[in-house]
Amino acid sequence: MLKKGKKRMQNEVNASSMADIAFLLLIFFLVTTTILEDKGVLVLLPPWSEEPPENIKLNERNVYGILVNANNDLLVRNEPMKIKDLKDKTKEFIMNPTGREDLALNPKKAIISLKHDRGTKYKAYLEVYNEIKAAYRELRDEESEKRFGRKYEYLQRWQRDTVRNAIPLVISEAEPTDFGEEQ
Amino acid sequence: MPAISTASLPDIIFMLLFFFMVVTVMRESSLKVAVTTPQATELTKLERKTLVNTIYVGRPTEQYQDVYGKSPRMQLNDKIADLAEIPLFLEQHKRNVPEPLRGGITSSMRIDGDVTMGIIQDIKERLRKAGQLKVNYSAKQRSE
Repeated sequence: MLKKGKKRMQNEVNASSMADIAFLLLIFFLVTTTILEDKGVLVLLPPWSEEPPENIKLNERNVYGILVNANNDLLVRNEPMKIKDLKDKTKEFIMNPTGREDLALNPKKAIISLKHDRGTKYKAYLEVYNEIKAAYRELRDEESEKRFGRKYEYLQRWQRDTVRNAIPLVISEAEPTDFGEEQ
Repeated sequence: MPAISTASLPDIIFMLLFFFMVVTVMRESSLKVAVTTPQATELTKLERKTLVNTIYVGRPTEQYQDVYGKSPRMQLNDKIADLAEIPLFLEQHKRNVPEPLRGGITSSMRIDGDVTMGIIQDIKERLRKAGQLKVNYSAKQRSE
């Protein structure tokens, strides 16, 4: 074997340790890597104002009051509800397909009022917020399909604006109550 | 019987190495609070890293419990901070962002799922007072 090698090439740099070096680097990067993907629920907070908000009298049928209490129970319009029903009920409230008296007059008027306690678990709060956003996303998708034959995320900017104006997302967050904050 | 040639082994390893080098994001700050973000479905991906500042909220990990206690605390950069330090933190981050892009700055809130809303409410109030209105609640994708 040695003879054969010598015939082919006189001197050759020994590259057998190359793999070891590469392995070492590889393991270093494997250990330090956190494939960090920052994803999350995007929220736009209302600007701060020193004056207390004006007391605008809203038509009760247009407000969908959601309360998450310190025990993480969900109360929608003073009725307990399961989290898995929230999305469909919210959609029904916004669109009001059957023209009921107690649901929103039209999607533009609909307001979601979200209230929580200082003792509410963040997990429960985010889940509720997520369901509301999901309801709006599905409604916008349906509206986009109807108007432009495509899903909301594939629309052009002006088309998006049209859909967004037709179904605006209004979530009003009330000052939380303070019953069960842990220390 | 001739030995299997291992000459291409380094190349293969290098390929793997480059892959990991490219996807690696060096964690810029070590965590002093335990954070397990909750799951959600309506996720937005934060694209531009330079426009993101991160606020961590969770219970201090075991080694820091003697100093900071067990109740939820907030971490900015690599130290546990008081709520009053938020405006300074935001300002310091803003300074490194070119002026025209400052409107797109997002606060990424990496919050432990079991923390109660009290501290989060206080943080939100400070953010609003500081004019930082774009907030992203970090969450993991929930598989249906």
